[in-house]
Amino acid sequence: MKFAVLVFPGSNCDIDCYKAVEDTIGQPVDFVWHTATDLSAYDCILVPGGFSYGDYLRCGAIARFAPVMNEVRKAAEAGKYVLGICNGFQILTEAGLLPGALLRNNNMKFRCHSALLEVVNNKTAFTNQYSAGEVIDIPIAHGEGNYYCDDATLEQLKANNQIVFRYVAGNNPNGSVADIAGVSNERGNVVGMMPHPERAIDQILGSEDGKRMFTSILNAWREQHGAAVNG
Amino acid sequence: MKATVYVTIKQNVLDPQGSAVQGALHSMGFAEVGKVRIGKYLELELDTTDRSEAETRITAMCEKLLANTVIEDYRFELEG
Repeated sequence: MKFAVLVFPGSNCDIDCYKAVEDTIGQPVDFVWHTATDLSAYDCILVPGGFSYGDYLRCGAIARFAPVMNEVRKAAEAGKYVLGICNGFQILTEAGLLPGALLRNNNMKFRCHSALLEVVNNKTAFTNQYSAGEVIDIPIAHGEGNYYCDDATLEQLKANNQIVFRYVAGNNPNGSVADIAGVSNERGNVVGMMPHPERAIDQILGSEDGKRMFTSILNAWREQHGAAVNG
Repeated sequence: MKATVYVTIKQNVLDPQGSAVQGALHSMGFAEVGKVRIGKYLELELDTTDRSEAETRITAMCEKLLANTVIEDYRFELEG
């Protein structure tokens, strides 16, 4: 299974994502520059965190028009796995690949600390190694992670099981609607989340609860492709 | 021709920056201040003299890039 980690000017979690793929599942992974015009070789696209284009205008607003984003759209339409983390989540909402938008944190602070998340949907390609309702510890680091969508969209998200992660009740760090920390598209192959699973892959970093996101993706891909699961 | 574009957060969307500024103004003694909303002001120079074309193009720019219509409204003025 082949992974791409997109790199925009201002991405800064790209290396973490790359290392996380290497360290957790040992699958081939490439950095792919924002000017790339072909992602057909990849099975999973990781859109990393950072401050693409300096967050100018709005977070992700300019990155979504990078040439590579046309290819991300094609990959999403083809049913490949796309995971946007932090700024990557912002880019995917700006691109319309995920519903809603990310606003300034309601407390006006850049929040950088570990966060307890509830796995709301463990049926996605990204969460199949967690149990439903499991509480996991994944760090956040953002100033604009306040998830917003209108009431009609929220009802759709609930009805379609598109809320993937929530901040545990009473621990909403940013004012997100319905404590939402991560959502998927309707089909379930595109997920965006503000917390950073790639920073939680080793106990030495405080948590290894993010590991299973990567093993989930590999597991889903193997099931989809009828490949043998070994370990 | 010059276009001025105003991008504002939708009325039903919380504006944390506006709330913080409102709080600061209150603590400075400007008690008369009600709701504060913060938006963006953009000036664009356009290489055209065709007003209706400029309107169409600016609308497209707002819809595509300058505003995120999930959370923001926009309006613009043309002069020259």
